Amino acid sequence: MINSLKILLAFTMGVLLGYAGWIPGFVIDTNPGKYALYALMFLVGVSIGADHRSLSLIREGGFRLFLIPVATISGTFAGVLLMANFIGGVSLREGLAVGAGFGYYSLSSIMITQMHSEALGVVALLSNVIREIITLVMAPLMVLWFGKLAPISAAGATSMDTTLPIITSAAGKEFAIIALFHGIVLTILVPLLVAFMLTAFI
Amino acid sequence: MIEVLVFMSGGILLGYLIRDRHQTIKVIEKLIMWCIFLLLFLLGLWIGRDPLIMSNLPSLGLTALVLSLGGIAGSVLLALLLWKLYFKHKQ
Repeated sequence: MINSLKILLAFTMGVLLGYAGWIPGFVIDTNPGKYALYALMFLVGVSIGADHRSLSLIREGGFRLFLIPVATISGTFAGVLLMANFIGGVSLREGLAVGAGFGYYSLSSIMITQMHSEALGVVALLSNVIREIITLVMAPLMVLWFGKLAPISAAGATSMDTTLPIITSAAGKEFAIIALFHGIVLTILVPLLVAFMLTAFI
Repeated sequence: MIEVLVFMSGGILLGYLIRDRHQTIKVIEKLIMWCIFLLLFLLGLWIGRDPLIMSNLPSLGLTALVLSLGGIAGSVLLALLLWKLYFKHKQ
């Protein structure tokens, strides 16, 4: 919980500083986020490799492992359809396209901007950033209320990278492999599902 | 995507080799949290400095928030069902 608050604080500080224009030039020029993400990937890899329980879980996992991405996808689409039906701003198709980002905000917002409209692209960006932030902040509570798979499903495609550390600290390191597998499956499916929702006859 | 897989599998290999050095692994877990703080700070900076996002934030943000909440609620509910049916008893 302390870590979630620190994360929220770091993010809020970033927004305020960015809005105020107090950004050192090198931050924009060199994009340290890319390298920080690589470092994060490597460190998370080390913590997975050093964990004795990880491999045994995937061995025992079997078909259950494939059910988690299925739950994430069907749950997300059901929830998004319900919400799009209630609010006036978006059609069902648009809502599904935004939901199909599964937290992968960079790719989904770019695709939606190109294939549909800039406004929906911004909604996709915000919605998927929010999905990631809510998962980061709420992961410990999700485990408490909805079980240890909940933060993985909530994380969507990000369960393989940005939210993986908080998932492993909230649910346990033995869930790292499940989260990684889930994130990889969804990351591959995001571009396909976004394109499908924008073009298919629904 | 490729980079992510390369860095992560490199890390897993190193982690496997040093799996009995508990002190080092504790330090690595601290570093992981600091990486997250930095990345979220940078994400905030990026959103804060983008005038298109900031000026449309109220209306677009509300739509986005409602869609996110719907998607998250749907997936955590199915995740709970899955947890109770197939995973909990194996713990």
